[in-house]
Amino acid sequence: MEETRILLKNIGKINPVSSADYVAAGGYKGLKKAISNPEAIVDIMKDSGLRGRGGAGFPVGLKWSFTKGTPSDQKYIICNADEGEPGTNKDRILMSGDPHSLFEGMAIAGVAVGATKGFIYLRAEYPYLLPILNDAIKDAEAAGFIGKNILGSNLDFEIEIRSGAGAYICGDETALMESIEGKRGEPRYKPPFPGVSGLWGKPTIINNVETLCNVPQIIDKGAEWFRSIGTESCPGTKLFTLSGNINNPGVYEFPMGVNMRTLFKEVGGGCPGGKKLFAVQTGGASGAIINAEMLDMPMDIECCAKAGAVLGAGDLMFIDESINIIDVVENLIEFFVEESCGKCTPCREGNTRLLEFVHKFKDGTAREDDLERLIEIGSFMQVSSLCGLGQASPVPVLSAIKNFPDKFIVKSDERGQN
Amino acid sequence: MPKVYIDGTSIEVENGTTILEACEKIGVEIPTLCYLKHLNPAGSCRLCLVEVKGSRLLQTACTTPCAEGMEVTTMNQNIYNARKLVLELLLANHDDGCFSCPNNGKCDFARYCMDYDIEKSPFPRNKEFPPVDESGEFFTYDASKCILCRRCVRTCAELQCNNTYTLKGRGHETMVGLPFNQLFKTSNCVSCGNCVSVCPTGALSTKSGKKYRDWEIKKTQTTCPYCGVGCQIELHTKGNKVVGVEPLDGPANNNLLCVKGKFAYEFINHKDRLTKPMMRKGGKGSPLEEVSWDEAMSHIAEKMLAIKAESGPDSLAGFASARVTNEANYIFMKMMRAAVGTNNVDHCARLCHASTVAGLATTLGSGAMTNSISEVVDSDVILVSGSNTTETHPVIGAKMRQALLRGAKLIVAEPREIDLAKQAEIFLQIRPGTNVAFFNGMMNVVIEEDLLDKEYVENRTEGFEELKTLISEYTPEKVAEICNINAEDLRKAARLYAKAEKASIFYSMGVTQHSTGTAGVMCTSNLALLCGKIGKYGCGVNPLRGQNNVQGACDVGCLPGDYTAYQKVVNPDARAKFEKAWGVSLPDKPGLTITETIGAIESGDIRCLYVMGENPMLSDPDINHVEHALKKCEFLVVQDIFLTETAELADVVLPAGSYAETDGTFTNTERRVQLVCKAIEPVGDSREDWDIINELMDRLGYKNNFSSSSDILDELAGTSPSYGGYSFERLKKEQPQWPCPNKDHPGTPVLHIGKFSRGERAIFKPSPYIPAAELPDEEYPFVLTTGRVLYQYHTRTMTGKSEGLTNIMGTSFIEINPTDAGKLGIANSDKVKVASRRGEVTVEAHVTDKVAEGILFMPFHYKDGPANKLTNNVIDPIAKIPEYKVCAARLEKF
Repeated sequence: MEETRILLKNIGKINPVSSADYVAAGGYKGLKKAISNPEAIVDIMKDSGLRGRGGAGFPVGLKWSFTKGTPSDQKYIICNADEGEPGTNKDRILMSGDPHSLFEGMAIAGVAVGATKGFIYLRAEYPYLLPILNDAIKDAEAAGFIGKNILGSNLDFEIEIRSGAGAYICGDETALMESIEGKRGEPRYKPPFPGVSGLWGKPTIINNVETLCNVPQIIDKGAEWFRSIGTESCPGTKLFTLSGNINNPGVYEFPMGVNMRTLFKEVGGGCPGGKKLFAVQTGGASGAIINAEMLDMPMDIECCAKAGAVLGAGDLMFIDESINIIDVVENLIEFFVEESCGKCTPCREGNTRLLEFVHKFKDGTAREDDLERLIEIGSFMQVSSLCGLGQASPVPVLSAIKNFPDKFIVKSDERGQN
Repeated sequence: MPKVYIDGTSIEVENGTTILEACEKIGVEIPTLCYLKHLNPAGSCRLCLVEVKGSRLLQTACTTPCAEGMEVTTMNQNIYNARKLVLELLLANHDDGCFSCPNNGKCDFARYCMDYDIEKSPFPRNKEFPPVDESGEFFTYDASKCILCRRCVRTCAELQCNNTYTLKGRGHETMVGLPFNQLFKTSNCVSCGNCVSVCPTGALSTKSGKKYRDWEIKKTQTTCPYCGVGCQIELHTKGNKVVGVEPLDGPANNNLLCVKGKFAYEFINHKDRLTKPMMRKGGKGSPLEEVSWDEAMSHIAEKMLAIKAESGPDSLAGFASARVTNEANYIFMKMMRAAVGTNNVDHCARLCHASTVAGLATTLGSGAMTNSISEVVDSDVILVSGSNTTETHPVIGAKMRQALLRGAKLIVAEPREIDLAKQAEIFLQIRPGTNVAFFNGMMNVVIEEDLLDKEYVENRTEGFEELKTLISEYTPEKVAEICNINAEDLRKAARLYAKAEKASIFYSMGVTQHSTGTAGVMCTSNLALLCGKIGKYGCGVNPLRGQNNVQGACDVGCLPGDYTAYQKVVNPDARAKFEKAWGVSLPDKPGLTITETIGAIESGDIRCLYVMGENPMLSDPDINHVEHALKKCEFLVVQDIFLTETAELADVVLPAGSYAETDGTFTNTERRVQLVCKAIEPVGDSREDWDIINELMDRLGYKNNFSSSSDILDELAGTSPSYGGYSFERLKKEQPQWPCPNKDHPGTPVLHIGKFSRGERAIFKPSPYIPAAELPDEEYPFVLTTGRVLYQYHTRTMTGKSEGLTNIMGTSFIEINPTDAGKLGIANSDKVKVASRRGEVTVEAHVTDKVAEGILFMPFHYKDGPANKLTNNVIDPIAKIPEYKVCAARLEKF
């Protein structure tokens, strides 16, 4: 099946550093339009129906309107490029192949809400992107697309890159801001939301790379064009990262609503060695693990949610029949134990307890009340943790218990002996 | 004003009110561990979870703001289970040796576990902990009792602003600790103990706390006896012994304390306390022997009456005390004036802020802090000169740092690179004794660059033209030369101060203790008036008073020229008023100051000196001279809690009760009158100060009608306009700042709003720069300046009894710049001999670039290596304050 290359249209075709190449391919037209009528931008974004591509799917126009409506001497645009979700590689592709589309999206956001400073918070594991981005920023500044007095408009928009230090939690928008501020990377409680009080307490728009890369073409071609792609509730395309037991792993662009089976079979080419698909984890490490029988699922935010899965950042990890699901769950919880920041009790203490219970299932020593306790702690973490990490980290194990109950065997006769 | 429903009860709250605060208002208790008033909420322990209708998640009550129509459920099975699980998860790794825990009986965590029916955690322990850090002098940290609420970390970072703690590790390995695995002893910890006070478990606990339990102690709310901040504290007593101090949420301290207030209470029940009256029965030269109160009192009365009869009332003098209560000072002053008949009464304010009282009374009409301590947090620019605030007024220093966290800018003009200097936007390391030039230079820039508040100057001041003429001479270049600073820095500082909306000046003895001290003080008000920064919130001229009740001792008339509330003895109306109130005729000439009294003893004009709670033998300048005089004094009575250096010379020594053993009031540096409450009975046979003086007055033939301190405050209020609104009953409920003329008056947080105390207009008093009286020369090539340290107080009569403080900073020292030290072959910790024209001492050298080349610094607290053997007793002509801050000295390796 043919990809719909809107975001990826320039990848591999232009010199990523060169703004001239980008302009030749139709770039920076959106920014020009935005500058000619900054007032209209937020409404266009609202009309487009674009939703955040980082995982939460929050309507972009609405988010921008909060920042626009909050008066302040200083506002910020942050690009969340801390692509830390295991099994997600899409932002890397965009930044390495078409960084100007990101700058353009950020600049448009800046013009829209009156922000003059942007930060790209770059994942520590992407050090090789740093020279590309820095060179591209210099090029864009020299060409007058960003920096002081952009395109002769008297508007300023500078972009600075800040590198992460390898913490998964700094993909959380508020932990990311703490990190930029030079503090320990830990999430803040909300409200206040970043749109009103974000970086250094100033109104801040924070969007994912893919989200921002969508902006230039929406402004250039209009909301209606954008809405003609994808589904009613989720217009546009989505970058999907296929990984795990799949013949053709990689990043692919399709309209929202593309069927998961299509992605597995036609794009991914099925499991290697002709093995049977057993399960799929959607939405990254903290996403649900669903049964292969649920493969016929249109991939947009609503449809995934209805099926108890998550669209997330568009990651799909395929798990074939040779894999023990308990091992998968163990591996994932170990990741969260490692990456919990330690701020709130449920996540800091809860993840280690989840792991202890999973070990019992692995050892075959689990009892009925261990299963109950595991579900109890997991459910508790989901509603009581401070941020998305602790709220979502029990999802893989809880979904696995729900979808593969026969894999969680308990010694029911020993219940209550302790 | 959103309206919310909490468990069905509707309540309207201010915008921004959290669910927790709303619950508090209607008496719904929510358990909390990480939450603490005055700290930014963290929302990290997750114990205060509640349900908000419409939310999938449970919400933390401490962080969630109330929104219109919000429906909150504070308890149901879901919430109970979630909170219980939070506690169980924490308890799993919490050492359960509660039996031996100092926090036993007051542990929030244990109480909540009990509330939620938890006896032991269902989870096994899965963490290892480092050994207990016992390296600090006063408290220990046991990580195995820590529940990671981070109150300590946040209190140290957000309130004390010392950043001693850090969080080590991530996730499950997260632990509270010190950076780079340091121990308390090697860290930057200042032992304030505010972390200990907020710890909800026994993880941080006082070393002394192991010996008593919460249920055994009595708690008494009172006022800290150390510096002038006036922190509210709770004294913990077991039997007749003080065993601990906890901070209270007083208006000045908001739950903070410093190392002295929190830990230096050992002196109260110290074995060296005076417990019996003593007399030299065999006359001068014979030993002090214990006698009965009756014998001591009749001897004193007899001698005083005899001397008065022979040489007149002015041959007697009294030193009141900046340490004792307003009531004790009032009755002491009344004894000297009404019973003896002399105005010879003074106290050590003469030695610290006499120039403030004289200077600000002249320019503004009131010689006290114009604004309140709490306002500093809201200042945009803070100018500190002549004050090492974080050491001498630690809680105010902490509040200045809180202001910096909120974005305020700091200007420091000091001879030493004090801790605050490191955080200053502009640090001007001025030469000691050049304050007047510095302030004149600031004003030169303000006028030159047209940064003055013209409307304010026009409408609210007089004398501007005269000021302008004088100031024009003080160009930044000239001042830079005098002060040894950079002219451009001076310009920047002036612009920063003048342009700020809210800018406050804080100063202390670095400005006042000069032969030009009064001029220095008037310069501070000149600058503030020029920029229109007096009579406004967050601004003002703020002298920081050194001792707990130095403000009060001045207010209640322990000054040779003033009755209470600065009513002048030379004013016939005032005199008539007191003659009527006291039923005697009163002398019409001002009496002698402390410094003049010492001279008058030498000349034989003063034959009897009564000292209540002062130690001039260490605190006065040129103590060789003081010693000579006191030895010569025909009859010296000392009333104190210890046998001080001064008491050792006395003919009669009377044992007084400490602040913990008396009722009364102290007035803090921001003019706030606060209660002192008796926590224990006077130790041994000691008696409360007011009670001793009351009986003595009776024996001198003047009968008071006082049966308690409260009666004395009532009389004081009746004769003193600014104190008219005070009574013990009222002060239990609120502590207004003077002027507080009547019982319905709310007090005065900011002076001079709309109108100055002296009248419609304040006056500029331009002062030329005059160099210090003694400048370095070939023989004495260094400038010696003196001051205080965080870990000691005054002449160490109280702090010297603290083992911990002695261990931290128990001996005198002298600071010398590395370049100077190199030239003299002096290494750090070497013993050096320091000499001035008045004497010499041997102390340890601290080689540090805190002081500039050519400058030496010594603390004045110590008996071994007393700085005041060296200081110059030349005095300011107006305020009679000695020039402690500058004398010429030389030093050599011992």
